[in-house]
Order: sequence, then structure tokens, then C-alpha cells
Amino acid sequence: MAGFFQANLPYILAGISVGGQYALIAIGYTMVYGILRLINFAHGDVFMVAGLVMVYATASLPMYISIPLVIAATVLLGFVIERVAYKPLRSAPRMSVMISAIGVSYLLQNCALYFTGGLAQIYPTIPGLSKSVTIGSATTKVVTLVTPILTIILVFALVLFIRKTKIGMAMRAVSKDFETSQLMGIRINAVISMTFVIGCFLAAIGSLLYFTNYPSVIPTSGAMPGLKAFVAAVFGGIGSIPGAVIGAFIIGIMENIIKGLGSGWTIFSDAFTFVLLIVVLLVKPTGIFGEKTTDKV
Amino acid sequence: MGKTLYTPSEKRAGRVIAVVLLAALYVLLFLLDNVLPQNSFTLMLIPVLKKGAIYSLICVSMNLLNGFTGLFSLGQAGFMLIGAYAYAIFSIPKAQHEAVYQYFHGGVIRFSIPEALQSVLGADLGAFLGAVICIIIAGLFAAGFAALIGIPVLRLKSDYLAIATLGFAEIIRAVFQWDGLGVVTNGSNLLRKYTSFSDIRVGSLRFTTVFPFLIATLCILLIVLLINSSYGRAFKAIRDDEIAAEAMGVNLFKHKMLSFVISSFFAGVGGALLAMYQTTIQAAAFKTAMTYEILLIVVIGGIGSISGSCIASFLFIACNEWWLRFLDSGSFLGVSVPFFRDGFRKVVFSVIIMVVVLFFSRGIMGDRELSFAGLIRRLKRKNTAAPAAADETGGDAS
Repeated sequence: MAGFFQANLPYILAGISVGGQYALIAIGYTMVYGILRLINFAHGDVFMVAGLVMVYATASLPMYISIPLVIAATVLLGFVIERVAYKPLRSAPRMSVMISAIGVSYLLQNCALYFTGGLAQIYPTIPGLSKSVTIGSATTKVVTLVTPILTIILVFALVLFIRKTKIGMAMRAVSKDFETSQLMGIRINAVISMTFVIGCFLAAIGSLLYFTNYPSVIPTSGAMPGLKAFVAAVFGGIGSIPGAVIGAFIIGIMENIIKGLGSGWTIFSDAFTFVLLIVVLLVKPTGIFGEKTTDKV
Repeated sequence: MGKTLYTPSEKRAGRVIAVVLLAALYVLLFLLDNVLPQNSFTLMLIPVLKKGAIYSLICVSMNLLNGFTGLFSLGQAGFMLIGAYAYAIFSIPKAQHEAVYQYFHGGVIRFSIPEALQSVLGADLGAFLGAVICIIIAGLFAAGFAALIGIPVLRLKSDYLAIATLGFAEIIRAVFQWDGLGVVTNGSNLLRKYTSFSDIRVGSLRFTTVFPFLIATLCILLIVLLINSSYGRAFKAIRDDEIAAEAMGVNLFKHKMLSFVISSFFAGVGGALLAMYQTTIQAAAFKTAMTYEILLIVVIGGIGSISGSCIASFLFIACNEWWLRFLDSGSFLGVSVPFFRDGFRKVVFSVIIMVVVLFFSRGIMGDRELSFAGLIRRLKRKNTAAPAAADETGGDAS
């Protein structure tokens, strides 16, 4: 066990780091699903747009303005997407909303393709995050250490927010029963917008951390992390925030250990996530922390 | 929802028109392949026609599942991949194995179905029959895989089903790129040199455009027959209300499985045709984005309309490859427009798609079909000039 740990330390560290980043995206999925019962296929692309905004912002602005700008732009984007693409379909069948989400994802990717001209955009180095540190036998970047800590702090704050504030209470109520909470005088549109704002805020922070580990951003950069984060949310029990976080860490660590098995297996690091998804769906569709729901006729 | 009823004479006339138009279409395609001179117009038209026919089949196969059975599946790209690979692997000529599988010592499959048939039946008939057999094999492989994953996956509902099928498609893509299977799939390298559309010929007569249309028409016709059969009615019952359908004695699992397997069969056939069209094939290209694109075409055409899917496919392909090219070129009618550059076409496209999704969610056809019998009735009533609405699937005439 100790030997395995020693040998795989670099991969485990990378896994914890990427797991934290997936967790920040997964929360966006799980909260939206909890309230709207919608897989927000566009969330991964919002994450990619956050990366691109960072690239363009740092080209002309200093870092201390760029970072808040990225967060603000991403939050605004999430808000606008919800208002334009999902709100008009609130009474439509679930499939229509999902198709709309896929349409938004297609739109964001194509817009990104247009603005970047199809070229990979070099991601700026955020001072402090890209420095190398040595832990035991492994050398890694500071971001690897910052990510899990920051993730846990943010999740803790979010859980407090949902437990203690009035809008948090409203969110819980809406996720329990959409229609009844509407009858109880909860302004449902404000709650849904708030959900998207929080989700996109966390995705923006996730993108700052995630892309620091990668040299560049391309229009499809968001698709895979988005899907994996969604799997993490399903694995943890969709609608549950701690579940999504734990699921994301497990997926991050496992996929990096698979990468460590040897070059022939790298191709399966992505497939593993989906194998896990299918196993979870078959064995325990409600995930680790999910609540069992029954269909009413 | 209400289905218009037609008198037998209207039906008969509709069918006659459909057959005549279809025959005219094939004559035109044959002329395009052989007689008409190649110019800049036909050079654009022919690929659009080929790819449009292939996409029609793929979209109709997806519509069978999503539109007629109400199973929201996102695994189409995976089944197409299986079909494309199965087709390519079995039709690469023996002599080309060393070159194609250069990193895998020529691979393990050392025969080629078209080649084997050519040695018996002669070059032309052998290539044609071999291609058809390989296409059927491609469909069967895709269907077999669907039957395998259908048992667990079809227990899931709506969005979980979508994400599980999407997951399987991604797993397939990874497996096909794995070096461990390289002796069969050539790993992440291209497959090439297999029988393509240009190999389908009789003497000096070419059938490069006729062939994909022939296969696609035949397959779509089969799907139409299926949908109009008692199975089709059971599919629609499941779509409209699963619990009510079950209460009425429809075996849910059996019918869902049937729809899933048949849809995958035709997706596999579509994948094989796509492989023939492209002449090279690579697993990496069959991404989730491909499934999304197909789904969006189905939505534009109208979920639950076969003719809608076909019209939307041809429109989509024609816009994508031909009519909207000017958006990428930097100038429009000789005037240079600064924001017309690479990728702008795709942006315009996605905006159109979003407008359709948000404001015209029924798409072009809704759940109605293009029917010549209906056209006749309207003509009789108005007695005006004939609108030009020739659709390649003419066979839907009811």
C-alpha cells in the first residue's frame, strides 16, 4: 500500500487537484439539476468561455482586474443563458429544455471557434499559482495544493449559504417541490437565476485553477471536464452538493491513477469516467447521497 | 396529432406521384454521375447530395428512437462509429493491409469481402455486392452492440438514458482508439483504401451518387414501413404515455429494445455510408458533438417527422457545405465584410438553431409528414400552380 502510494504520488496529487476543479464545476450541474431537473449541457462550455475571457482580458488588463472581470463575465453569461434559453421553456417538456441546453452548448462552442479563429489560445500564468513545489518525491505546481483547500472552503461557504440564508432556504424548498414553493410565494425566477449565478461563479473559479495546469484553451476544452463533472454529480447523487464534491475527487484521482498505469491506458482515463457512470446508474441510480424519488402517474 | 384520412384514389395518386418523382430523381442522379459535365455547380451539388442522403438516414434513425419511441438517446455517434469501422475493416483489400495497418504488422483480419466476391462474380458485381454485404454487417454489429447495452441502459429514463448512451458512445470511441485492439481497429490511426462510392460502377458507368441514395431510400422506406406497422403504433404509444401503454398491454422492454436495436442498425448503416463517402475514417472524429449536430437536425426537421428529418438534413448539409460558405469567405456579393471570416457560418447556424428551438419548437414539419395525397387534395381545392415540393423520401406518401 505504502509502495503504491509512493509510486503514484504525483498522479494522486494531480488527481486531487483536478478533482477539486471538477467539484467546482459539478456543483453547478447538481444545483441546476436539483431545481430544474435539467442537465445543463452548456455548463462545460460556460467553463470554457471563462477560460477564453481570461485569455483576452489578460492581454490588455492587469491580473487583479482580469480575475474579477472573468468571474463577473461568467456569472453574467450564466444568468443570460438561463433567461434567454431556459426560462421561455419552463412549461415545455423536459426534453425540449435539454435540447435547448445542447443548442446553447453548440452556440457557445461555435462562437468560441469564431472568435479564436480555431487557434489554441495560450492561457496566461497566474502569478503564485504556477510556481513549482516539491512534496515528498513529487514535484508539482502550487495550484495543486491551492485547489483542494479553496474547493473545500467554497463548498463550506456554499453549504452555509444554503442552510442559513433566506434565499438558501428558498432554494431547498424549490428543489423539493417546484410548484408548491411557487404557491407559497417564493419568487421562483429569482431562485433559479441565483442557482445559475452560483454555479457559474464556481465554474469561473474552477476554470482559473483548471487551465493553469494546461497550456491553452480551445473551443472544445470545456466539453470533457463538463461531462466528467456531470458524472461526478450523478455519482455523488444528483442534487446533493457534498455528493458532487466527493464524486469529483474520486473521479479526478482515479482517472489520474489510470494515466499512471502506462501509456497504453491513457486513452481509457476518459472512458473510465463513463464506465463508472454506467455502473452507478445500474447499481444505485440515486448515487451516494441521492434521495429516492418515485414517479407519480 | 390528428391524422388526415385520404380516399383510396387520393392515396393511389399520391403513391404514383411519389414513385414518379423518385424515378425522376434517380434518372437525374444517374445523369449527374455520368452524362452532365463537371462544373463548379455540380462539384458543389454532388457532395451535398451524397452527404445529405447519408445524414437523412442517420437523422431518421435517430428520429425513430427520439421522436417515435420517446427514448432520448445520445449514442448515435457511437453506433455510427461501430458501423463505419465494421464496414472498413471487412472491405480493405488484402494487398493494402500492410500499408493500412503499418504499425500493426498488417493486422489480423486478412480477407476482404468485396475482393473475395470480385474474384467469383467479376469486378463490378463483386464490388457492389461486397459493399452491400459489408454495409449490412456494419448495421448488424451496431445492432448487436445496441442489444448488448440495451438490457441495462433501457431501464433508465429520460435524461439518465441520454447520459448513459452518451457515456457508452464515449467508451466505444476510447476502445476503438486503444492500441491493444490495433490489429483490428488500427488504433488511433486512419482506416483507408476500402471500397468507396467511386468503386461502384458498371463498366464505365458510375454510380457514385446513385448508390448512397439507393441505400438511404431503401432503409428509410423500411423505417417508414416499421412506423406504420403495429410495432410503430406501440412505439408511439410508449412515447405518448409509458404507463398507459403498459396498461394497454404493450410490452415496454421488448418494444423499447426493438426500437433501440433497429435505430442502431440504421445508424450503423449510416456510419458505413459515411465511411464510404469520406474514404478515410478515424474514431477520434465520432465525438459527442456529432450526436448533438444530428439531434439538432432532427429538431429542425421536426421531432416525429420522417420527411422533416430528410428535408432538414439536405438543408443543413447544403447550407453548411455550400450556400452559407460565403459567410466564411470574408466577402458578400463582392463587398468585403470584416466580420465574415472562418467560423462565422457556424455562428449563424447555431443562432438559427436556437431560434428554432426557442420559438419554432415544432421545427419544419412538426410531427406531420410530407404527403403527396395531401398535396393533391389541396391542389384540387385551390386549382393553382403546382408548388415545387419534391422530397427525396417520396415514399412516405400516404
